Amino acid sequence: MTGEIIGRKIGMTQLFDKERNAVVVTAILAGPCWVTGTRTSKKDGYSAVQLGFEEGKEKKINKPQRGYFKKNNVKAARVLKEFRVDNSQEYQVGQEIKVDLFKEGDVVTIVGVSKGKGFQGVIKRHGFKGGGASHGSTFHRAPGSIGASSSPSRVFKGTKMPGRMGGEKVTLKKMKVVKIDIENNLIMIKGGIPGVRRSLVTIEKVNK
Amino acid sequence: MSLIRTIEKNVLKEMFKENIPSFKSGDRLKVHIKVVEGENKRIQIFEGDVICRKNQGLGSTFTVRKISGGIGVERTFLLHSPNLDKIEVVRIGKVRRAALYYLRKKIGKAARIKEKK
Repeated sequence: MTGEIIGRKIGMTQLFDKERNAVVVTAILAGPCWVTGTRTSKKDGYSAVQLGFEEGKEKKINKPQRGYFKKNNVKAARVLKEFRVDNSQEYQVGQEIKVDLFKEGDVVTIVGVSKGKGFQGVIKRHGFKGGGASHGSTFHRAPGSIGASSSPSRVFKGTKMPGRMGGEKVTLKKMKVVKIDIENNLIMIKGGIPGVRRSLVTIEKVNK
Repeated sequence: MSLIRTIEKNVLKEMFKENIPSFKSGDRLKVHIKVVEGENKRIQIFEGDVICRKNQGLGSTFTVRKISGGIGVERTFLLHSPNLDKIEVVRIGKVRRAALYYLRKKIGKAARIKEKK
């Protein structure tokens, strides 16, 4: 088993470690999840485990999904996510997955969706330098030249320009688990993680 | 109460200090700080007036200001930090604001705080 779980970001706080230093942590309400299905390379062409998170009202889940849950004889989940694993046969459908598969000091990978920033200019979005603010400068936060003239007489694809920023998938590697609370299904990670409060995140253990 | 504060209360219960004396802005404190110098441990005392308190659960802080050699010195402490040995209230001040940042611009007699009787 590799160790993966779905959770919701709750917010940030701080605690004191053994060296009496204040450590900034993000609290995540993780699990309990349950295995709603497995994918095998023989049948599906890839090996993965599907986890469900947060029990859903039957009324709110559409009919095809309701049938899927019924077929596998598991609780209906509001959130479903697949994780690639080396050997999905290690998991049984219906098996419960809780935060106790992590321990303090573990290194994990966290995936979430970053906060939406709306339509932003090139300075915020791409880290352009911008021009002088004063001394008669008229060039402040504009993007500047976006390419040469008659040759190539077009703008290259992928040129950094203003546009929608944020709201995209962000993966954070080498995040450290500071505290686990099995009773309250809580996991505390050192530092910040992407997304708004109550947004979904996945936590995966890094194999050493 | 926000969810994160509730969690602090339940999960990080043992991190909260008990027996913190009640003090406000304007009070004079003696803050006993644990200092580690190589192998030695000793207690350092920082005495001054509280100029602000911020209540943020476990991250609550307070700022103490004193005049040392004619120069204003401010230190911000984490209220629940294990590095603080104890907090002593020396004098209770009479002030009309919660944040006393105006003291930074006052010199000498004008920078005094009245004592509450």
